[in-house]
Amino acid sequence: MQIHSHEFKERAVTALHNSDLQRALAKAKGGFVDKRRAVIDILPEFQALRNRAREIKEHTLANLDFYLEQFEQQVQQQGGQVHWAENPQQARDIILKLCREANARSVTKGKSMISEEIALNEALEADGIEVVETDLGEYIIQLAKEPPSHIIAPAVHKTREQISDLFHEHHQKYGLTQRLTEVPDLVNEARQILREKYLQADVGITGANFLIAETGSTVIVTNEGNGDLTNCLPKVHIVTASLEKVVPTLEDASTILRLLGRSATGQEMTSYTTFTTGNKRDGDVSGPEQFHVVLVDNGRSKMLGNQFHDMLRCIRCGACMNHCPVYGSIGGHAYGWVYPGPMGSVLTPLMIGLDVAGDLPNACTMNGRCESVCPMSIPLSHLLRQHRIQQFERQLPDLRTRLGLRVWSFVAQRPRLYRFATGMAGRVLRLLGGRRGRVRSLPLTGSWTASRDFPTPQGESFIQQWQRSNPS
Amino acid sequence: MTPEPPLNVGLFATCLVDLFRPNVGFAAAKLLQAAGCKVYVPSQQTCCGQPAFNSGDLADSRALAEQVITVFEKFDYIVLPSGSCAGMMRRHYPELFADDPKWRERAQNFADRCYELTSFLTDICHYTAPKARYPHKVTYHDSCSGMRELGVKTQPRQLLQQVDGLQLSELRDTEACCGFGGTFCLKYPEISARIVNDKIEDIHSTEADTVLAGDLGCLMNIAGRLRRLNSPVKAYHVAEVLADLTADTPAIGQSSQEV
Repeated sequence: MQIHSHEFKERAVTALHNSDLQRALAKAKGGFVDKRRAVIDILPEFQALRNRAREIKEHTLANLDFYLEQFEQQVQQQGGQVHWAENPQQARDIILKLCREANARSVTKGKSMISEEIALNEALEADGIEVVETDLGEYIIQLAKEPPSHIIAPAVHKTREQISDLFHEHHQKYGLTQRLTEVPDLVNEARQILREKYLQADVGITGANFLIAETGSTVIVTNEGNGDLTNCLPKVHIVTASLEKVVPTLEDASTILRLLGRSATGQEMTSYTTFTTGNKRDGDVSGPEQFHVVLVDNGRSKMLGNQFHDMLRCIRCGACMNHCPVYGSIGGHAYGWVYPGPMGSVLTPLMIGLDVAGDLPNACTMNGRCESVCPMSIPLSHLLRQHRIQQFERQLPDLRTRLGLRVWSFVAQRPRLYRFATGMAGRVLRLLGGRRGRVRSLPLTGSWTASRDFPTPQGESFIQQWQRSNPS
Repeated sequence: MTPEPPLNVGLFATCLVDLFRPNVGFAAAKLLQAAGCKVYVPSQQTCCGQPAFNSGDLADSRALAEQVITVFEKFDYIVLPSGSCAGMMRRHYPELFADDPKWRERAQNFADRCYELTSFLTDICHYTAPKARYPHKVTYHDSCSGMRELGVKTQPRQLLQQVDGLQLSELRDTEACCGFGGTFCLKYPEISARIVNDKIEDIHSTEADTVLAGDLGCLMNIAGRLRRLNSPVKAYHVAEVLADLTADTPAIGQSSQEV
């Protein structure tokens, strides 16, 4: 996937002026927030579950090597294979090799953010393989040739009219020439096309919400059942997952599952929660002949124990972005890579570099709403600040910002100079503001006054006035 | 109930109140005195260090924190008419010195005595009956830091309930940020403007004629946008209303003709 994170500012402004996007975002935002609140308000043990989930993940991360090896052994016992990929290139090579060995011409896919992270579709297509996304949202953006704009609702930026146009354009080749506008009709048409694709596919690739060490199972949650048709109809099933998805037991997965649906879509459980264990056995009605799990590191093992460790608890529910005022204003594409919103602003710089994604940790008001809804209690503001500390240490912010901060810090550490400087500033601002008490524009503060008046000081500074009326 | 003997309170006005809105400083002092405290305003105060802290500049954050602690630690309590500056002292000062054996305990001891104004009045002084009149329909914007770092939510409302003639009409989304975010609003002005627009839409939908908040940063942002839109809604700091210091004082960003 192409990286555009360095264009964050430009893309954000474009997004703010995109009326279709703004309409789609406004509609989505209320839905996610209200539904989550409703379902959590009636769950008295929410906080207890959160604490337990955190313990489970921390225990797992502290013993990650053990549980990953246990997972691998269990997968092997069930007749499957685990492949270890240190980076996206290795992951793509492994999957391509598996597809070639299966003489794959067509691949169906369940939704997987790891697949986006390793840019799998492009690699498969370059090898002449037809790739079909089967999650409806992913299918829509695949037709639109766009990346997902949200980790659980990839086409949340699209309006119904845009989807109608896309289907009309791309489904004609199947003889479906009527323009559909109603949601159920659009869904049925996609279903009709996808059914054929499921049956033709040589390989099915899904992600994983959990990997279960004690059984070697992989778990996915969906609302469309597309994952099930992807993982049990083709001869080969490949799971792409990152290391930190592993949990020790089925019970652990069940605990975290109680948080996942509620935090993500406001559902107590998603419509489908699918546990896949090994390949087809004698007597099984369906299932793949081969079962592979590709475990992707891509920098995660380096995060273990460092200042970004907490991020490894993330279960990709999307609650942080659903509650983020910045994400809610500009949508996911502005962030310029795979993961948007607060969790993306922590992860992206770690994966593609702070010099490229430097805007992301700064484009945050530090309001903390994301971490207040995070089911895994990830201190997102704190982690974003860790990036800012590194940026400051590496002198990445532009000269003007660094100089401004330097001057301000120098003055603020000298109270008498500070009194003098603010006294002067106050006088100048009061002169400018006159009796109106505000100014419409000011030199050097164009970013403020472009959309806001600037309230000017009431009078002399508080300290000056206080000292006069309360001489010590 | 007046505590005996009176508590010595160091009032940290915050840099924004000091420069832009002295009335909030006087309002805070008046409320603290009414609650039975002896109020001190050290003139060596400048800024709590938040701009440096949120810019990743730890050395200057520590230097400023040391300066604040040195000046203010002699008081029983340190009170600020701002949730975000109080949050900086209460939550982040100890974090700044976590690895510093010399300052760690001192910072923690200091942090534990720092309070946001309305929570100090209600939770520590048990002062809940301010004498004030403000016969208006108002709405209240919770500043994010005060709400999430310090749990300030019921305290200002409890106090506002006692204000003569005041009617509180809540925002639809009381948890939403106003888009200020310190340097955020200067670095990403278009995004910030969009967020404050949403806030103002919500304010207008309450039909209140005044918006109150406990943080001058949020208030300057909201008031600045209200004025640009020529909205009739006024903006005051909650302390100004509670201390009954609104009658002769123009709202934030307004002139004396607009009172």
